[in-house]
Amino acid sequence: MASTEADFRTTLQNWLPKLVLAPSFAVTLLFVYGFILFTVVLSFTGSKMLPRYDWVGFENYQKLFALPAWTTAITNIAIFATLYIVICTVIGLMLAIFLDQKIRGEGVLRPIYLYPMALSFIVTGTAWKWFLDPGIGLQRIMQGWGWESFTFTWIKDSQMALYTIVIAAVWQTSGFVMAMFLAGLRGIDNEILKAAQIDGASNWQLYRRIVIPLLRPAFLSAFVILSHLAIKSYDLVIALTGGGPGRATEMPATFMYSYTFTRNQMGIGASSAVIMLMTIAAIMVPYLYAELKEKKA
Amino acid sequence: MSVATQDTAVSTGRATRALIYLTLLLFALFYLLPLYVMGVNSLKPLAEITGGNMMALPSEWTLDPWRSAWSTAQIGVEPTGLKPYFLNSILMVVPAVAISTIVGALNGYVLTKWRFRGDTWVFGLMLFSCFIPFQIVLIPMAVVLGKLGLAGTVPGLILVHVVYGIGFTTLYFRNYYASFPTELVRAAMIDGAGFFRIFWRILLPVSGPIAVVSVIWQFTNIWNDFLFGVSFGGTSQPMTVALNNLVQSSTGVKEYNVHFAGAILAALPTLIVYIVAGRYFVRGLMAGSVKG
Repeated sequence: MASTEADFRTTLQNWLPKLVLAPSFAVTLLFVYGFILFTVVLSFTGSKMLPRYDWVGFENYQKLFALPAWTTAITNIAIFATLYIVICTVIGLMLAIFLDQKIRGEGVLRPIYLYPMALSFIVTGTAWKWFLDPGIGLQRIMQGWGWESFTFTWIKDSQMALYTIVIAAVWQTSGFVMAMFLAGLRGIDNEILKAAQIDGASNWQLYRRIVIPLLRPAFLSAFVILSHLAIKSYDLVIALTGGGPGRATEMPATFMYSYTFTRNQMGIGASSAVIMLMTIAAIMVPYLYAELKEKKA
Repeated sequence: MSVATQDTAVSTGRATRALIYLTLLLFALFYLLPLYVMGVNSLKPLAEITGGNMMALPSEWTLDPWRSAWSTAQIGVEPTGLKPYFLNSILMVVPAVAISTIVGALNGYVLTKWRFRGDTWVFGLMLFSCFIPFQIVLIPMAVVLGKLGLAGTVPGLILVHVVYGIGFTTLYFRNYYASFPTELVRAAMIDGAGFFRIFWRILLPVSGPIAVVSVIWQFTNIWNDFLFGVSFGGTSQPMTVALNNLVQSSTGVKEYNVHFAGAILAALPTLIVYIVAGRYFVRGLMAGSVKG
């Protein structure tokens, strides 16, 4: 009797860890991978307002890439993502290098650079929307200060509105990129730098030849995180321009939402979501795989 | 070419240093600008914004925009102000954060101290779920929430946020517990301590810092979420969705001062958390990008 009870306890103890993990894993399989599969299936059906299961092959994908709105969306995301990633990286790296020069007041500056990251994109969008509005914002401020000919109408201009999203997005995340680079810089062994200086390297050479190459992992992380944020960007576009003027700032995320939920073209909406997922997976999967493998070794 | 004689690795001249300070200061102003604009203009009568300069301090200070944003402003069709939505957000955030953090702690504990074949795969699959574009799950989620009768309710939103939050919380606790000496856990096992006892007595007491990181990360993310809120919020919309409705409303006069007050109200909880525990917030951000 006593021994069977002990057996039962050991068996339970052996199974307990898996039992504890099982619900999370099941939920992930269902709500993430099952749902992905569901959306992929829908993208091959003629679903309109509600899911339907009539197989239409690649028709939705063909329609999608023939739609001017989708062409605009992918052109916009390409321009936006490129500018956003490059500018954030440049500003982040510059601020990190500058802050690393034994700056007095670093403790005050760093939190100021980083706080936008704690805000919702809707808040950021609201602030920038009105600040960039020609009627009450920057243009009027400058004119009020005496620069009568100053004009800044980007947010109302379908050619330029996309760049206002870049401004707001850079404002929100460049401080975070700074923190990533700063952590990288602080991890570099000072002795290497001293040795290079003794060899007569100038500051410029020091950074270009030694420091920046050593920051490679930080560059990679920054790129992965920023591209991921860019492709997902939905809130900021909605709050700042609502996709307008006209369709000027349509992005894949806004396209997916409007085709699925307001235009009742669920099949096309699903196919656009699949394209978004494939783009992000192409960036994230190799990165996560490498990170996890490194951990094991 | 300068030869380093002092202890700093990089030496800079006076002019360079002045330039560095100037740049750093200008960027600080750039980051503070929207906060200043929101703050100052939320304390002005509307006429001072439409007829004056946005950068100017109020000539007549007023709290009316704040009162209006909180309790009387038109949100959608109802003149309720943001108050009920603020409460929705609180009701959604607190359970979602608590559940996802507890689940994440247990998962992290299993994945590091009770390892089994294929555990890295299990973790990898959970981790990838943090990075999917949520557009890919919107349609199935809408269907499932509808079937469960949770569409448009706070419990529905809690479910969504827990499901898509446990990837990150598991990541935090797993990486944290990985550096905790496994020998201590082994010793406790030999002494006959069981699964939960070891967790409760040995790991939980040292989990304070990472629990703070996890709570702050989840709180910030869930509070700031817009996509799930607007898709599944229904009549229980969170603060971000209400703020967007307030600002985008196309009827009537645009009350910029009320919009700014509302924006600050929506930002306040996460901003306070950032001010009180910014260090942990940054740790959470970094752990989500440069793992380890």
